[in-house]
Amino acid sequence: MDFTRTILESTPLLLEGIKITILISVISLIIGMVIGLLMCIMGMSKNILLKAISGVYIWIIRGTPMIVQAFIVYFGMPQVIQLFNPSFRIEAFTAGIITLSLNAGAYLAEIFRGGIMAVPKGQTEAARSLGLSKSRTMLKIILPQAFKVAIPSMVNQFIITVKDTSILSVIGLADIVNKAKVYVGKSYQFFATYILVAVYYLIVISILMLLSKYLEKKINYERKGRS
Amino acid sequence: MNVKVEVKNLKKSFHKLNVLNGIDLTVYEGEVVCIIGPSGSGKSTLLRCLNRLEDATGGQVIVDGYDITDKKTNINKVREKIGMVFQNFNLFAHLTVLQNIMLAPVDLKIMSKEEAHKTAIELLKRVGLEDKAECHPHQLSGGQQQRVAIARALAMKPDIMLFDEPTSALDPEMVGEVLAVMKELASQGMTMICVTHEMGFAKEVADRVIFIDEGVIMEEGTPEDVFTNTKNPRAIDFLNKVL
Repeated sequence: MDFTRTILESTPLLLEGIKITILISVISLIIGMVIGLLMCIMGMSKNILLKAISGVYIWIIRGTPMIVQAFIVYFGMPQVIQLFNPSFRIEAFTAGIITLSLNAGAYLAEIFRGGIMAVPKGQTEAARSLGLSKSRTMLKIILPQAFKVAIPSMVNQFIITVKDTSILSVIGLADIVNKAKVYVGKSYQFFATYILVAVYYLIVISILMLLSKYLEKKINYERKGRS
Repeated sequence: MNVKVEVKNLKKSFHKLNVLNGIDLTVYEGEVVCIIGPSGSGKSTLLRCLNRLEDATGGQVIVDGYDITDKKTNINKVREKIGMVFQNFNLFAHLTVLQNIMLAPVDLKIMSKEEAHKTAIELLKRVGLEDKAECHPHQLSGGQQQRVAIARALAMKPDIMLFDEPTSALDPEMVGEVLAVMKELASQGMTMICVTHEMGFAKEVADRVIFIDEGVIMEEGTPEDVFTNTKNPRAIDFLNKVL
């Protein structure tokens, strides 16, 4: 077992893979945040249909494993679409983004809901009593405070999403795990290669954690300048 | 005198619990009305119906000529002219004192940022807190927070001010500073409706005192009528307990 040689040989491949991992995580989290916020607001609306859509969506995503969702999106969905459009193909990258965004969206919706519920009712009443509309109250008073409450759980979801990209290697996404598999296939350096992969993940997630610490500090008005 | 608030046969129930059982009340411009009564009597609910924080179950509430029980009335517009002060202050926790006061006038495009800033500083001087402009609410005492809350309501230049037990959540030594601000406001001719447990304040400042129990007005009149001359047994019983 030659660790140094493994590092040297695998680095180009693994770097390429981690780039894909990061890229797909970032894109999916951005889309997931939009879906999450939308589903959260739909879930809290008085309209029964909107509420039902959000409820069913969250129920299905939370109640099924992501690997099954990935199979449905990558293998199942194209089969149905090909009935209408025989030339339809889906790339693993696209399927991965769809799966991850839908997944993160459901969990983020619940996280946002928790954040919004944590803002005292009096804040809404005060804003409404001044003449602010429902939507302005949400935007200017509730969401900024809910966001602060939700940051730790949000970052937690970000970390889960980054790690979950590894599951997508089964549909052929060229992420770091997939690249490692390729390298291991020809070098048989299982131990060294997978330790390296773990280190790559650790680095990426540690950066994410540091970022969240910084964000939390910056947004924490209750500790800032306490007299 | 102009009628500011007119309440006609107001009823409010939560599920099967009847809280207000037909309230009739007229408040004139510049009047200071204090509402007293035991807890659970419906006095806060009545106040909250006046700016539709609670929807009435029956009857009519007319404020400044607008029927706010009518669903077609733009309640946000009417609320701009009704200030409200809450028991728990409800200052916006993520904003500074200055931002708390400036938010509504700027967001509703009633003032430019500069105007709102100027107004906020003036109001903070009026409530004696100009040195706290850059603080966050949690850095202030309860009494200071409530004074900021009054300033925030006044920034909208309201015609009417509603006070919902403004001193009930305060430590005793801070009650005075809030009442002083309210007295000053009353002396400036503001139309005020206060739900309060401060009988001293009601006696001194109120033009009219209303005693509510079980969702109806049991006694109504000048402070003297209610505090010393009442014949209503419920009112006598209540006053014996609190005075």
